[in-house]
Amino acid sequence: MTLFYVFAVVAVLASMLVIAQRNPIYSVLLLILSFGALSGLYVLLDAPFVAVTQIVVYAGAIMVLFLFVVMLLNAPHEDTELDEHVHPLRRPGPMRVGAVLAVALIVELGWALTRAGSQAGGDFPAAAVSSVRAIGRSLFTAYAFPFEVTSVLILVAMVGAVVLARRDSGPSVPPGA
Amino acid sequence: MPTLAHYLVLSAVLFCIGTAGVFVRRNLITILLSIEIMLNAVNLSFVAFGRAFGSADGQIIVFFVMTVAAAEAAVGLAIVIGLFRHRESLNPDTFTSLKW
Repeated sequence: MTLFYVFAVVAVLASMLVIAQRNPIYSVLLLILSFGALSGLYVLLDAPFVAVTQIVVYAGAIMVLFLFVVMLLNAPHEDTELDEHVHPLRRPGPMRVGAVLAVALIVELGWALTRAGSQAGGDFPAAAVSSVRAIGRSLFTAYAFPFEVTSVLILVAMVGAVVLARRDSGPSVPPGA
Repeated sequence: MPTLAHYLVLSAVLFCIGTAGVFVRRNLITILLSIEIMLNAVNLSFVAFGRAFGSADGQIIVFFVMTVAAAEAAVGLAIVIGLFRHRESLNPDTFTSLKW
């Protein structure tokens, strides 16, 4: 129980700091901290495979990609001419929608907590599917088709990223021509 | 012991933080990071439900969500790089025209 609260508090605080930071580099590093806390929660949930994948794939690969782009673009601070001193409901366009949506989310969350918090809090069953063997077997039998589609998705994303991030250099002359 | 409700509340709180980040921040990279927070909140509820129902399906769905998140990050960041080359800015309000 204590561990749950420690990880939960770290995850929530780090996530809030992610969206409170002005410098994207700090945001990325804090998000890695939040992912570490989530990985601890996965261990508490008897899901070691997801916990390790969280660290290796999310903190190790995706966040390094973000950090790489942040440092490549070298534009750390965002323009904040209208951020301060303006009431959230008076800001233009999406910010007003966001303020309304945030209030709606908080109201809905409070309603759900007061309504369902008392009877939905069942304990977890003692038996947990935590072996990587079971997950792998299921992944390659029942979920074999989605798994293969995933590889196509990764390929498309890779080609798309290369095409989108390429410099348009006009009609290129092949070397040696 | 923490119950299923504890994990679902934590997941909802993280999702709200991510949603707020998407709407509040004026930086494309921070917006993408907020989307990652939302995806992780959903992942947490998937794993918690899988644990509660004693099935491995929750963890397998999380595996797929992670692959989609990786693809989304790669393509999204490539688009951010392309936009930054054109406008020298990461503020989404500067990208209002479809063609330039």
